[in-house]
Amino acid sequence: MHRSIESLIREAEETGRPLPQVVLETEAAESGVAAAEIRARIGRTLQVMRGAIDEGLKGEVRSASGLTGGRARKLWENGPRLLGPRVTETLARAIATLEVNAAMGLIVAAPTAGAAGVLPAVLVSMDEFQALGEERLVDAMLVAGGVGGVIAHRASLAGAEGGCQAETGTAAAMSSAAVAWLLGGTHEQVSTAVALTLQGMLGLICDPIGGLVEIPCIYRNASAAMQAIAGAEMAMAGLDFPVSADEVIDVMGEVGRRMPSAYRETALGGLAATPSARRLVQIRPAAKPSGARR
Amino acid sequence: MVSLFDILGPTMVGPSSSHTAGACRLGLMARAIAGGTPERARITLHGSFAATGEGHGTHRALVGGLIGLEPDDLRLRHAYDEAEAAGLHWEFEEADLGDDAHPNTAILEVERGTEKVQLRGASVGGGRIEVTEVDGFPVSLGGGYHTLVLLAHDEPGTIAAVATILAGHRVNLATMRVDRTGRHQDAMMTIEADEPVGEAALGAIRSFPWLRWARLIPKIA
Repeated sequence: MHRSIESLIREAEETGRPLPQVVLETEAAESGVAAAEIRARIGRTLQVMRGAIDEGLKGEVRSASGLTGGRARKLWENGPRLLGPRVTETLARAIATLEVNAAMGLIVAAPTAGAAGVLPAVLVSMDEFQALGEERLVDAMLVAGGVGGVIAHRASLAGAEGGCQAETGTAAAMSSAAVAWLLGGTHEQVSTAVALTLQGMLGLICDPIGGLVEIPCIYRNASAAMQAIAGAEMAMAGLDFPVSADEVIDVMGEVGRRMPSAYRETALGGLAATPSARRLVQIRPAAKPSGARR
Repeated sequence: MVSLFDILGPTMVGPSSSHTAGACRLGLMARAIAGGTPERARITLHGSFAATGEGHGTHRALVGGLIGLEPDDLRLRHAYDEAEAAGLHWEFEEADLGDDAHPNTAILEVERGTEKVQLRGASVGGGRIEVTEVDGFPVSLGGGYHTLVLLAHDEPGTIAAVATILAGHRVNLATMRVDRTGRHQDAMMTIEADEPVGEAALGAIRSFPWLRWARLIPKIA
């Protein structure tokens, strides 16, 4: 995978190949897996993403803790008021996947389970908006994956290392690049979308209530999807950002390294340490079963 | 090295790549070392695994892995029922293994027939695992290679003998590590290979008089 957005784009420009093709051929060369097989595997990944959204939107999933389930459906049925349906439905889709995740359903960790809602929500909404078809969606996934690979190399994808900015922030940056590319953005606009999106996620802490991937995670996935759309929209309108995408990614890494451990998935600070959160955690069932005959 | 499918994946049963998918893979690893589904398992959880495991399905994922369920198998939700049907008896304990232990550490003691295996490992992020101890010997296994672990009485020539057998079976070695408890005592060899180490090679290695124990650990998903 590429180590900078700059090198990814430079390779596309020097070789005259589209961005997804560069990511695909790099992966094929590094893994030894044929390009066609990689595309097929991404296609299967998309099916799992769609399945999770559909299941979550039915509104029937509930997590073992009882903290989450049914909210995606509630938003779908009760919105939009201020936003257009396209955005509201994207938010509901993001929540849907995270609710399925919390209920031990099948999801794609992209890049992590805790941030699994963002990319599927944005891509499925884009598909509905533009009737993209499978091949274009796979291309968009490749663009997103290329960006995620850069962030994995330069910063971190783990909430325990870099806070929520490393998880939902990365997912948002990946999604934003995919959207800008799908909208016909130039390389410059794709790169700017990444910078604009990620700068808006900087500093976000990881403070899950009870240490569970539930609250605020489901809502953070929704707001990250919104940030991804906003970043792409601004970049496509020609707005610029004076700091490069790679530099913003480096800042995200630096902020993560300096972040106190209370805000890195330990449930010792932030929302997790509030009286309301502690009351919720107390009522969490604490079954510790052993099995069968002993 | 990060692969595209580390970013667009893994496809897994939620809710946590470390606490669910990684826990499942630790179970799969213990099962692989035991050579199949064990009849008994005692699982000790440390740190974050002990503190937040229940809400993350960690216990079910470990039990599911022990009976061969992969991280993307929805039966992990009902892993206890599946494990009872598979004839596994299990119990959980919690322990403080100290500050040096990775927060997501589990110790799995499993019995299959006359075989007893003790494995200590940690889920180190993104579903990746590291096994750090087998039967009390320090190892470092990630499940990413076909691995041969063997326990030999420490005497001259054992390493050369093993290497010769593997070369004869055209197994290409990726890494090799040897640890021993003391001079002329037992030595653990951990050999990671690009290809599966066949039963024939294992049989030949097992026929050495100084060999005390050997296990093939298949590459796990």
